[in-house]
Amino acid sequence: MNLTTEPVVEVNNLVRKFGDRTVIDDLSFTIHRGETLVIMGGSGCGKSTLLRHIIGVMKPSAGSVKIFGDEITAMNDRQIEDIRRRFGMLFQSGALLASLTVGENVALPLLQHTDLSVDEIQETVTRKLQMVGLSGFNDLKPAEISGGMRKRVGLARALALDPELLFSDEPTSGLDPIMTAVVDRLTLELTKDAGMTAVVVTHDMTSAFRIATRMIMLGRGKILAQGTPDEIRTHPDPEVQQFINGEADGPMPLNLSQDDHENHPHVKARPLVSARRRFNLKMP
Amino acid sequence: MKNFLRLNASLLYWVLVAPFKGQLFKISPIFRQMVFIGVRATPMVALTAFSIGVTLAMQAAHSLQQLGAEIYVPDLVMVTLLREMGPVLIAVIVIGRSGSAVAAELGTMKVSEEIEALEVMAINPISYLIVPRFIAMLIMLPALTVLGNYIGVFGGWAICYFTLDVTTAGFILRALQSADTWDLYSGIIKSAVFAWLIITIACNAGLHVEGGAEGVGQATTSAVVQSLLAMLVANAILTALFFFN
Repeated sequence: MNLTTEPVVEVNNLVRKFGDRTVIDDLSFTIHRGETLVIMGGSGCGKSTLLRHIIGVMKPSAGSVKIFGDEITAMNDRQIEDIRRRFGMLFQSGALLASLTVGENVALPLLQHTDLSVDEIQETVTRKLQMVGLSGFNDLKPAEISGGMRKRVGLARALALDPELLFSDEPTSGLDPIMTAVVDRLTLELTKDAGMTAVVVTHDMTSAFRIATRMIMLGRGKILAQGTPDEIRTHPDPEVQQFINGEADGPMPLNLSQDDHENHPHVKARPLVSARRRFNLKMP
Repeated sequence: MKNFLRLNASLLYWVLVAPFKGQLFKISPIFRQMVFIGVRATPMVALTAFSIGVTLAMQAAHSLQQLGAEIYVPDLVMVTLLREMGPVLIAVIVIGRSGSAVAAELGTMKVSEEIEALEVMAINPISYLIVPRFIAMLIMLPALTVLGNYIGVFGGWAICYFTLDVTTAGFILRALQSADTWDLYSGIIKSAVFAWLIITIACNAGLHVEGGAEGVGQATTSAVVQSLLAMLVANAILTALFFFN
């Protein structure tokens, strides 16, 4: 592990409010070059929102986000575009362009941002698709492949420009265990051999402990715990233990309806209902 | 409204300013959109235009026959078609067909995070998605209008030739005498203005969809209704400017 101290992303006192609800509450952390940071937390704890702030899609209510040493919240569109060419992002849904084929989707960043010839682009696309175990799928449309495959195409697209920093929003949800292992191994190879930095948002604990060099656990918009995988595994906080062991009963609050609110902030927040009541579960 | 103006401003930037700063837009997507917006719409436009020509000729004939002035039917068909009915009704067809499709397509891309993905890949959605549609519409709607004018006049001729005692030579003579080139140009200018309104309203509606499939439906409906209204109001204003001062 060649962990240098150079910070790639610095988040300082980040606050984000939707209306009067605080989704991200005074978060600060740093991501160093070459590490794989896994961000965990229950649904609706602000993981995806946090990611959106780091990549400059959302503006924070307060606080600062520095990426490659520059303040992204103070940049104009042009500067943000220059920064974005340096990182890749895998969306939760894959977010492939439905009108393009799988191959064209992976080729898109190359076509837009490089002067490579058609043959070179073709060659890169084939190689990237091979990396995610999808050779031979170039000519299919996203609608013709499964959700897990779409996600892997999204990963190939995120890696098309050989980024120095990769953001993955739940890279392994919807993948079978073998493909999860393939994607995890790919992340490990890229960070160890190519020196890439990875930020992975996930609640797949097997995958999280396999790839992480450091972990952050979010809850109620704050950092509940952070440290190496071993430190997290033996963390004294019962909420952390409940989460990593996947237990239904424990101290973690079950406010599932917050999740709906986060994904659709324009919808008025409904009063929080406990999961038991919401799903009409009868507990003994 | 604020979004609409902002969209127009950035659209103008990407079409007029950015190419001189070395950020050329690609040509091939424009052709792809031209095929969709223009070429595929020709059968519908042809049918519409033919029906309008025939209808105009029948109505004109009905009134003018009572005065024994059937020879003026071509005059009426030409002027009404070139100045008003051609541009307006072909724009209606294009709104129903392409305006709604563009709004729905962009709306779906918005809700499925595709537009956000483009932004994160440092690909400007205006330049990548909107500019080709804008240019294609700006070229194809006037082109469809000219085509529709031809076919409409042909419809008018058919009525004159088969049901009235107007010869082909007589039709052509009257048609050319009654209409001057300004009638044609005014229609083309109108359809270019309509094209601008239709595509910017449709794109604006699509880009600002919120809340899933329902939002896409609402955006599509509002794109169609708003562009119909805007088009008809613009037509009244342009007619006043061109012919009523």
